[in-house]
Amino acid sequence: MTKQLTLTIDGVQVTVPEGTLVVDAAKMAGIDIPVFCYHPKMEPAGNCRMCLVEVGRPVIDRATGQAVMENGQPKIQFMPKLETACTNTVSEGMVVLTQTEKVTEGRKGTLEFLLTSHPLDCPICDKGGECPLQNLTVEHGPGKSRFLYDEKQHLAKHVPLGELIWLDRERCIQCARCIRFQDEIVGEAVLGFEARGRMTQIISLSEPGFDSVFSGNTSDICPVGALTTADFRFGARPWELKASASICSQCPVGCNTTFNTRREAKAGGEIVIKRVMPRQNEEVNEIWMCDKGRFAYHYAESAQRLVKPTVRQAKASWTDAFDLVTQTFEASKSDVVVLASGRLSNEDLFNLKSLADGLGGKSILYTDMGGGNLTAQVGVGQGTDLGKLGKGDTILVVASDLYEEAPVWYLRVKQAADRGATLIVANSRHTKLERFARYAIRYANGDEVKTVADLQGDSKIAQEFANAQNAVVFFGSDGLGLNGSANLAAACAKLLQDTKHVGKANNGLIGVWQRANDQGAWEMGFRPEADLASAFKNKIVYIVGADPAGDDPALALALKGARFIVVQDILETLTTHMADVVLPAQAYTEREGTYTSGERRVQRFYAAVPVHGEAKADFAIAGEIGRRLGLNTENGSAMVTFDRLAASVKDFAGLDTNKLAEVKPQWPIVGRGDLYYGGTTYENKQGLGVQLSTAAERGEAVSLPEVRAESALRPREDQLLAVPVTKLYDRGQTVASTELLTQRIGEPTVSLHPETAKRLGVAAGGRVSLAFNGLSAEALVKIDDTISAGVVLVPRSMGLAVREPVSVQVLGLAEAKVS
Amino acid sequence: MRVIEPVWELGRGLARTFASLFEKPVTVQYPEEKREVRPRFRGRHVLKRYENGLEKCIGCSLCAAACPADAIFVEASENTDENRFSPGERYASTYEINMLRCIYCGFCEDACPTEAIVLGDNYELSFTDRRQAIYPKEMLLEPVPDAAMTTPRKVEPGVYQRSVPEMKDPQD
Repeated sequence: MTKQLTLTIDGVQVTVPEGTLVVDAAKMAGIDIPVFCYHPKMEPAGNCRMCLVEVGRPVIDRATGQAVMENGQPKIQFMPKLETACTNTVSEGMVVLTQTEKVTEGRKGTLEFLLTSHPLDCPICDKGGECPLQNLTVEHGPGKSRFLYDEKQHLAKHVPLGELIWLDRERCIQCARCIRFQDEIVGEAVLGFEARGRMTQIISLSEPGFDSVFSGNTSDICPVGALTTADFRFGARPWELKASASICSQCPVGCNTTFNTRREAKAGGEIVIKRVMPRQNEEVNEIWMCDKGRFAYHYAESAQRLVKPTVRQAKASWTDAFDLVTQTFEASKSDVVVLASGRLSNEDLFNLKSLADGLGGKSILYTDMGGGNLTAQVGVGQGTDLGKLGKGDTILVVASDLYEEAPVWYLRVKQAADRGATLIVANSRHTKLERFARYAIRYANGDEVKTVADLQGDSKIAQEFANAQNAVVFFGSDGLGLNGSANLAAACAKLLQDTKHVGKANNGLIGVWQRANDQGAWEMGFRPEADLASAFKNKIVYIVGADPAGDDPALALALKGARFIVVQDILETLTTHMADVVLPAQAYTEREGTYTSGERRVQRFYAAVPVHGEAKADFAIAGEIGRRLGLNTENGSAMVTFDRLAASVKDFAGLDTNKLAEVKPQWPIVGRGDLYYGGTTYENKQGLGVQLSTAAERGEAVSLPEVRAESALRPREDQLLAVPVTKLYDRGQTVASTELLTQRIGEPTVSLHPETAKRLGVAAGGRVSLAFNGLSAEALVKIDDTISAGVVLVPRSMGLAVREPVSVQVLGLAEAKVS
Repeated sequence: MRVIEPVWELGRGLARTFASLFEKPVTVQYPEEKREVRPRFRGRHVLKRYENGLEKCIGCSLCAAACPADAIFVEASENTDENRFSPGERYASTYEINMLRCIYCGFCEDACPTEAIVLGDNYELSFTDRRQAIYPKEMLLEPVPDAAMTTPRKVEPGVYQRSVPEMKDPQD
């Protein structure tokens, strides 16, 4: 327990832990000290001088070490000048005055200086209306400037830092929040200051510009309108926007978000999403989110949206579509195969599972990653918060590139490592997280299980893992397919079980899934199937929220063997083109529901925009089909479905909408009331979600599968092995519709070892042709000297269908001649 | 007395009527003839232009924020030197006023940072349909005296950088 100190701020007695900054202590007492450069998530910089206050400390008698008393009170000595509240830590008996004339004058002076070259173009500034500089100037500013108008600096107003973030140099007040965010929190120093004095400017140090997946956050914490996003540029004024709470559906982190919506003439008078902002949840995403979540929401308004059911590719009514589907299902009950993906909500998956079970059919999870049954047993316990891991704790990240797969987990794991947690990164190649790892293990492809098993030995790393206070293991599918990742998960589960790091908070297994609600799908009883082709043969296939035909030509071929295909999706895909019946579903922006995150936190999202066309929610469609087949499935309300789910799925027992909506005070205090402090992040008023308990936690018997030594195919001497890796910005349906990200998505690029590249006669940026699984494709080449010479890294969802490690023939292509 | 009084009163009235035949008439022959409005009259809005023809409106939406009747709808887009509507980076790509909602209070004028919106002299607003009451930007915008001054137009790059003009203290 840290020592508690008592001080007086404006006559209010405050007791705070030792080491607290004066500005934070005041905030805790409800007293606002204005700041620009200080941010509660970052180290103080003390460069804006806005937080100047009068600080007095008790006079201590050197001889006795006691406070000198005066009229029965300790004698307080005030410093002759103002001090910065953001760099001074509190001390016992300190007296802080924030409202005196001296302080008011100080604030006036500071603002007068900050505004010397500010363009005062608030009317056209995207920050105008939620701008700390604007608000604090109104509250504390001098009203008039003594500086000469003609001597104002005129600087570039439209500088692209990257293609996602614009910089307005005139508005910048050099607080360095953006630079410090990138340095301290993300660990990617891609921004910096150039020149000095009045010439100081923010520049991007990376190529391509602002090369970070967290760039959008800098615009949130920018206290002026210097950094704005290209996506929201002149989109609306902040006061015109309506806020709807949601959960990001791009990855298993489950970041809490807020959709800002507005009716728009450009969109034909529809209510549309104008921007996505993070919503505070200190146990999930703190106040951050990644650029994919922030900018890739456009797919829900894509022109490819399905708006009307079709029967045999002709437009039909819902009644006709339901009739045909019901008849077909009725006629061949146990031949129905439901293939659903983790893009769906818990309610959708519950109804689909109920439907499949009611018919006696099969339910398959569409994924290339296994191990979800283990996270339910030895997953992280209730109350897990990566933000609490630090000294004495260990985090193992194995076969996962968190930066690309789940950026906010990367951020939080990196910060845990900064706080002193032992980070072990095990992968077959270099990943960005490795830089912060105390131990980086580089294994050969195929040695994943062995690597994890070796952590149960006498080695230093093994000892450190075993003796850790808390240990969390992230496992992924980097370079692995379904079987490989399932084996790896089993090995990780065994490691945790044997070292007794299960069944309690901040301990356990986390799957870095490929889709947002894969964990939820496992909870509902969906299981992946290694051989989808034979599962489709002669069956009635009901595909929901997945595009197998588009992902893999082999699966398109396999689907031809199905007797009848029903596809339920939000966008037109190759699979919908093959379908007998297409049922248009609502996007998650148009409906409510819940997702289960990778940390097994159930969180609720709400409808933000009106429904596209005649689309219906996935759970409602499945529920309606179920009803028509005589099953008692809910087809109306998502939350009624959730209640039924909670009543029948054991791990969800006792959950209800009230529990999901519970909030508690969070630090730092953010919200619309004081944007200057935490940024424009939204306050969480809609619920922090509930983490599910694990079997180990409930004291139930944990049955782990046997660990098989061989985890995946190994490269052989004479051949190359193509292994799949995940890219953040890929050509998946949920990303590709966003034009702004086109440049980041880029061309399909495979990584080769320099020696392999040399042998094939290609250089970085050259082209190769790949032949695997009877398919051939072309791709650009990137050189990565950290991978093994026997493998080729192939990105997922980029048009190269490598679902499992597979042997590949690679040929270097000569540069195409310009004809 | 009883007889005289009504006759006297009648005569007085008729005299007044007769006298008014020689007075200057107060009625005007509207609509052929129109009376000049007062200097501070608040009629239908006009979106003003600068002398060079560029639109004063920068699409900041402050008029919409100030409007107590929620009659104004603004949507902004980005200017380029090839396709310039107004000085600076931003212009109003959609500007609509619902004249049925408008209460002609003039708050929009007060809120405007570029003096773009002005309540003009026109009070002759009539509609046969609610949709007609929504005046789009084309109807509100002041006409240009010369076709070369119309917007959008191509301008010399780098000249029109400032959205908000340097303004003196308002005098009136």
